Amino acid sequence: MSILEWIVAVLVILGALFVLLGSVALVKLPDFYTRLHGPTKATTLGLGSLVLASLLFFNGIQGELSLQQLLIALFLFITAPVTAYMLIKAGIHQQLKATAATSRQELLQQHKPKAQ
Amino acid sequence: MLHTVLIVAMLLIGLALLLNLLALLRGPSLPDRLLALYTMYINSIALLLCYGIYGASQLHFEAALLIAMLGFVSTVAVCKFMLRGDIIE
Repeated sequence: MSILEWIVAVLVILGALFVLLGSVALVKLPDFYTRLHGPTKATTLGLGSLVLASLLFFNGIQGELSLQQLLIALFLFITAPVTAYMLIKAGIHQQLKATAATSRQELLQQHKPKAQ
Repeated sequence: MLHTVLIVAMLLIGLALLLNLLALLRGPSLPDRLLALYTMYINSIALLLCYGIYGASQLHFEAALLIAMLGFVSTVAVCKFMLRGDIIE
């Protein structure tokens, strides 16, 4: 087993662990505002690691040019913050409760929804 | 060796998908459920990437790209609906 295959294996395991970590955070954390951190940060990092592993595997070990993974990573890294922003805007709009330990709760009070 | 690692990774991602399903069924509010659904989209992309390396074929990556675009567009559309009560004004 070559050194390149070892690197690919480590990157794949690291990526899968980070994806799992994001989902565990989604289940375990107490409120919506903390729950948003898991999928938008840990899962994106895990997917970036998987994409890097896939790029190394196809371009290094298989020896064929393959750039679609780069496109996937680029698209996800651009859209993940936009989605997180829209989700947190929807959460604030619906006035979801934050846990008592959350600081700066007055920010939630400033965004009362407009009367329909 | 790499095949064993990939199978373990796919098992981990499958476990993550099950946890997402739990969060999707449990989540008390609509943004919670939407977040769980978006995480499922991303995790299925990760699963497809692993399967692409496992089978040494690039056929699945276009499907993964399609899933990424659909996940983004549908999540933003539902968010827009929750914010404004309308998608295209």
